[in-house]
Amino acid sequence: MTATRAPRLGERVVAPFGRRRCEVTRNLASGGYRIFSALDPAGPMPAAGQFYMLASESGWGGDGGRPYLARAFSVADAAREDGGVRLDFLVQAVGPGTSRLATLEAGEGLWIHGPLGQPFSAPSQVAEDAAGAVLIGGGIGVAPLAIWRRQLLAAGIPARVLLGFRDRPNSGGLNLFDCSEIRLASEDGHTGHRGFVTELLAVLLEGDDAGSAAVYACGPPAMLEAVRGMCAERDVGCELAMETPMACGFGACFGCAIPLKPGGYIRLCVDGPVIRGDQIETALVPGSGH
Amino acid sequence: MTEFCGLELRHPVINGSGTFDAIAARRAFGDQLLDEFPFSAFVSKTITPEPRAGNPPPRLWETPSGLLNSIGLPNKGLDGFLSRDLPELAELPVPLIVSVMGTSHDQFARLVEGAGGRDEVAALELNVSCPNVKSGLIIGESPDEARSLLQRIRPLTEKPLLVKLTPNVADPVPIAEAAVEGGADAISLINTLRAAALAPGSGERWLGGGTGGLSGSSVRAIALVQVSAVAAAVPVPVIAMGGISTGRDAAEMIGAGAKLVAVGTETFRDPAAGSRIAAELAGESPAVSA
Repeated sequence: MTATRAPRLGERVVAPFGRRRCEVTRNLASGGYRIFSALDPAGPMPAAGQFYMLASESGWGGDGGRPYLARAFSVADAAREDGGVRLDFLVQAVGPGTSRLATLEAGEGLWIHGPLGQPFSAPSQVAEDAAGAVLIGGGIGVAPLAIWRRQLLAAGIPARVLLGFRDRPNSGGLNLFDCSEIRLASEDGHTGHRGFVTELLAVLLEGDDAGSAAVYACGPPAMLEAVRGMCAERDVGCELAMETPMACGFGACFGCAIPLKPGGYIRLCVDGPVIRGDQIETALVPGSGH
Repeated sequence: MTEFCGLELRHPVINGSGTFDAIAARRAFGDQLLDEFPFSAFVSKTITPEPRAGNPPPRLWETPSGLLNSIGLPNKGLDGFLSRDLPELAELPVPLIVSVMGTSHDQFARLVEGAGGRDEVAALELNVSCPNVKSGLIIGESPDEARSLLQRIRPLTEKPLLVKLTPNVADPVPIAEAAVEGGADAISLINTLRAAALAPGSGERWLGGGTGGLSGSSVRAIALVQVSAVAAAVPVPVIAMGGISTGRDAAEMIGAGAKLVAVGTETFRDPAAGSRIAAELAGESPAVSA
């Protein structure tokens, strides 16, 4: 059953049970990445920060038995269209799973289950006085911030966006953003500030209104760790969308554990992928970023 | 309907222990999970006497047509399970089988009395892939250990006692026979195969736990021959598991002498795989005995 109402900002959306077949509707080059879309005939609108498990209907298993498991992808955008909900995903071909997804063609079948996991929370839930949001993303990790920015703006909440890229081929996620008011950083200096995007965040947090924003971050582990540390130092509320290898996406395999600050673990698939920065000691989790 | 140890089951497909967390899945999929519950009985994750956090990450590694895991049996311990998980699991529309593991006869006794004494629990599965701290021997690798454990446990409960065998032995038949001599009502096999993976680049062990267990399609041929041998040797029902992903796979296991089949890794790829495999199995012609 397709949910009829849009989720409230920050509300976790429950997935239909089981996997379902979607049709790929397009696959566009975007720098060194691809942005592909699938039409989900039976799913709800996802909340920003949630993810889907994806596997192509054909050619999954390659010629050497991989990819075998479905792959977790944050949704980069979603929109109601004739026949269902269009889901957009950003992919960089780095391994057997991402390589197969990167070559999907319009008309091909895509197995999905989702939307899964804990989405981004509304700014007022992240920081008591937060009037606005600061979104900071790096590389492939900018994807969930694109849909989050749109959902925030639709709710009338101002969002400042800081994006960082290693170089031009790795800036393919920029095309997910249709706005001009983005501050950019690049390690090679091809666009915006030369250096890390976290340097832009440092400048912003030094401003006099730093305490009035909630920070949302997604990117490589080192970037997330820098954001976590900066926000902790300045007592700024932040949420991190994290990544670690997952087999199932719905809490079955217990494989995506990350250590918590007081000890013990949470499963990133059901208790994340979005977590509060103060829940963890470090965002540098062994195995993440692979 | 399928009769199993006095239980009337809707179909012959259940889950392998530790491959489906019904409580987490209900968070992800809502109450549709209960309406379309994929298994005809639910086997819990293994419960130990005291709480366990599980192994440090990384916990997963994808292999050709398989999955290597090193989860480390995270669980709330017996008291936490009985007070927090059992009430929720009792809402499932199918009989509940509780998997338990101890490192001594006394620990197993405490677990079997504690869980077996609850009306919500239909049967118990003994996970014997662990050492007896007194002898240092893995209980499931030694016929004498298996027999003496069952002899100690059998008088403590009238509920069906299942014994989950490890495949990491030269021949599982003497161990299955010893368990049945000790009073086991059913045998389930196979658990995962002990295996390791190396990190790309460094050549160090990838898994946080060092070694792990291999599951998925790549182990099905091994499971088939072990199920066939055990089913021919023991007079009690056998639950077959190991890489079952289709009704045809299930039919082969039943042809090899299994009464029930259990699905694990395939559920990670397709959350409703249990229902699909049961439906496919109903349409299968009986397989030739393996």
